[in-house]
Parts: sequence; structure tokens; C-alpha cells
Amino acid sequence: MPINKIVNSFDKAVADIKDGATIMVGGFGTVVSMPSLLLVALAKKGVKNLTTVSNSTGFGPDVWALQGAKFPEDMDILVRNGLIKKAIVSAPVSALYVNNFEKLLREGKVEIEMVPQGTLAERIRAAKAGLGGIYVPTGIGTVIEKGKEKRIINGREYILELPIKADFALIHAYKGDRWGNLVYRGTSRTFNPTMAGAAKVTIAEVDEIVELGELDPEAIVTPGVYVDRVVARPKEAAPRGPIVDKQAKESRKRYEDEIRRVYKKRGAK
Amino acid sequence: MTTKADLIKKEKLDRQIMALRVAKEFQDGNTVNLGIGIPTLAANFIPAGREVVFHSENGVMGYGEITLPGEGDLDLVNASGQTVKPAPGMCFFTHDESFAIVRGGFLDISVMGAYQVSEKGDLANYMIPERQVGTIGGAMDLAFGAKKLIIAMNHITKDGNYRIVKKCNYEITAPQCVDLIVTDIAVIEVTKKGLVLKEVAPGWTPEEVQLLTEPKLIVAPDCHDIELM
Repeated sequence: MPINKIVNSFDKAVADIKDGATIMVGGFGTVVSMPSLLLVALAKKGVKNLTTVSNSTGFGPDVWALQGAKFPEDMDILVRNGLIKKAIVSAPVSALYVNNFEKLLREGKVEIEMVPQGTLAERIRAAKAGLGGIYVPTGIGTVIEKGKEKRIINGREYILELPIKADFALIHAYKGDRWGNLVYRGTSRTFNPTMAGAAKVTIAEVDEIVELGELDPEAIVTPGVYVDRVVARPKEAAPRGPIVDKQAKESRKRYEDEIRRVYKKRGAK
Repeated sequence: MTTKADLIKKEKLDRQIMALRVAKEFQDGNTVNLGIGIPTLAANFIPAGREVVFHSENGVMGYGEITLPGEGDLDLVNASGQTVKPAPGMCFFTHDESFAIVRGGFLDISVMGAYQVSEKGDLANYMIPERQVGTIGGAMDLAFGAKKLIIAMNHITKDGNYRIVKKCNYEITAPQCVDLIVTDIAVIEVTKKGLVLKEVAPGWTPEEVQLLTEPKLIVAPDCHDIELM
């Protein structure tokens, strides 16, 4: 039987994610690096009490729509629908404005474990790599070290940090094949390949599925062995590549004013 | 006699000039990470003839300048989400690799903003004081990992409170990590002996800078006006 990890719908791809699951969500800050349509499918399914593992907690679709993103949903779709019980996250709030996550946090409606970004990445990698923990210098002498085992190695102090393993990892890649081999595009790599394989089930949302053998073996970033499901975005997906938006080019000020207006509407000072 | 209240109102350097002064620290061949705000501006002022490689937490190194609005590629952004230009030698990597570079000591310089810096070089820059929430992001790793940490910030708060303090009263990002503080009125080096005032903004005296600084400053024998070139 040929190996075939391709799933033909986003709803099917997330069908077995249940209430209380721990899910990792790839990407960084900008929506183009995130598995936007998997998040939409998950929100539609309405699973509750999720523990999420991600870099940020989302800006919301209105911000990304300004950039012309065809698929503008980020982590905010899980936040504003109240699906998250606890977030393990590195950048939960924005200095620019109050996001929906911060509102829930203040109301005591969500738990948080804030983790330095490099430690978050390495704890995730440790889970994938089958490690029992890692010794990290980051956080010594700060709130991060509280309650954790410490050890001096070669004269330097380290904190024992434990792996973060999830039930599901939702990631985004540029192209994938039926084996689950993945390539990324530019800075949209970020946490996606780090999280691939760090969950019991890894689901990759890709811009395009290509024939086995089409991806250059020298260029494959994520070996298919880490990936369980591959699901493609619709053909009319936002084109990748250089953008030249003549209207936006007219005036940076207008664009920035617009962003400020959106932020203000959502409770910025 | 000049009072503290006069000094709070006295004209200070703008953000562009501060960025220009920060960029003077970048040496040929340095690998540099720039935080959001004034640090990002420093990328526009690389001294002529120097080759400086910029690293960004989101997995890119060696990128070019920030693009014009409406231009650029959404898959090529810096850590602030601004589209940047591709440049020869640029490469991409995963997030764990990005922080292996940070923690492993491969960054020569990291520049970031701050709410407070203590006389020992403790840094407080992640907890937003008035909101009692914060974002650690990559700041802690950068503070622990970079060979040289430069802080670019205003010398005092909007309300005229000290930012350079004896002891931080905000949650700290990392202890004893800051090497150099570039503010809108001074350049101060953090040394084992204490804070050494190296440069002052044109029109400012060391005594005036001291009035806006909580810990006692050691005035360098060759303390002079901030040099920009």
C-alpha cells in the first residue's frame, strides 16, 4: 500500500481533536506563518478546555485583513471563542494594544504559563527528540527559575526545563507530499518545523501538495516521518511571492493611521 | 540653579539620533539582533564600509533594509513583522535553531528597549508596568545570550521618574546583563565599579544627567559630547 497522509478536508483533519486536548500551533507573529484554516476548522468544531502551545495568542483577523491576507485567522479565533483553558506561550500580549487574550487573562478566564521564546522552542524540540529535559541558562535570577531544579555545569548555573509534548501539532508549510515531507517559505518557517513531531499527531496545512519526488531532498526541512496528515489550502490561496500594493505605497502614514484606528477600536490607549 | 523639573522639560535627542549613536557600536563583521522600536531604526545607520549581519528571532539572518510600505513579501519579515528586503548571504532557519544562535553566544550585539536598568546592569523590560501583564518573547534569551547588550531608551519616564535606578522595582528580564545604555541625554557604560558616564547630549552637563539618574554616576575623565560619526 502506498503511504498516503493526504486528507482532503480541514474538518476531517481535525475531526479527532477532543475537549481538553493539548495542541501546538505553529507560526510566529504574522498570520501567513500559521495554520489558519486548521484553526478555523477547530473553532468551528467548538472543542473546549484546550491547552495551547504557541508563540503568541493572536492579533485577530481585522489586523491581517489590512495586509491583504486571504486567510486572516490566527490564535485569536480560539481565544475569542473561549476555547482555551490554558496557554503555554512566549508572547501573550502586545505593547501596542489590549488583545482578546489579555482581556480574558484580566477577567481570570484563562490560565497562562509564560515561557521565554528560546526555552519554548527547545522544550518542544526536546519532546520530539525523546529527551527527558534540558538545562537552560535563560531565566536564572528571574521569576522563570521559581520552583525549578537548578544545577551548575562547568561553572554556569542552569535551570532544568521539561519537554512539552502535545496531543496534536497544527503547523503550516509551503509545500508537502503524500509522505509528509515539507518545505517552507522564507520567515514562515519559525515554530512550524520545530513542532512537527512533538505531538502524538502532527497535521500540516500546506499551500500546495506536490508529487512524491518533486521536492528537492536537499531542501526538505521536515522529514515526512514527523508528519501524520497533510491538508492543502484551496487553489485560490493567497499567492506567495513579492507583493506590490500601489495603494498602500501611496502613504505609509495612511496605513499606520488605519492600524492605529483598528487598535483603538479594540481598547488601546 | 537648574532644577530637576527644568531638566525634565529640557530638549533631548530624538529617536533617529539615538539610533544613529547605537549603530556606531556595530563593528565590521558583527552579528546583531535588533529589538522593536529605536533599535530597529539603527539598521538604517550602518557606518559606511562596515558589513553587519542582522539576526531576527523568527529565523532569518543577513536580510536587507525594511521595504517601502506596500512592497515586500509577507514571507520575509523581521521579528516586528515589518517586511524586509532580501540580501546576498541571507539564510533561513527553524525557531529552535534561531535560539541556538542566541543562547550559544553567536550574537555579538543585541539591542533592545527597557523600562528600567539598575546600577548593576539588571534589566527590566518585559512587564508592562501600567498593565501588570507582559510579554517575555525573545528578550530573556537575548539578554542572557548576547556577548554585548545595548539598551536604547529614554533617560526618564514620561512622568519624570528614573529609569536608571539603584534597584529595579519591575520584574527583571535578566540580572547583570546590560553593557551599555544609550539614552536621549547620555551614553553610560555598566562596569563592575558602577555606571560610568561616557558621553552627554550636546547642551547637557554631567551634573544635569546625574540629576535625572538615581544611582551615583562615575564621570569618565574623557566624558564628552555624544559623537555620531
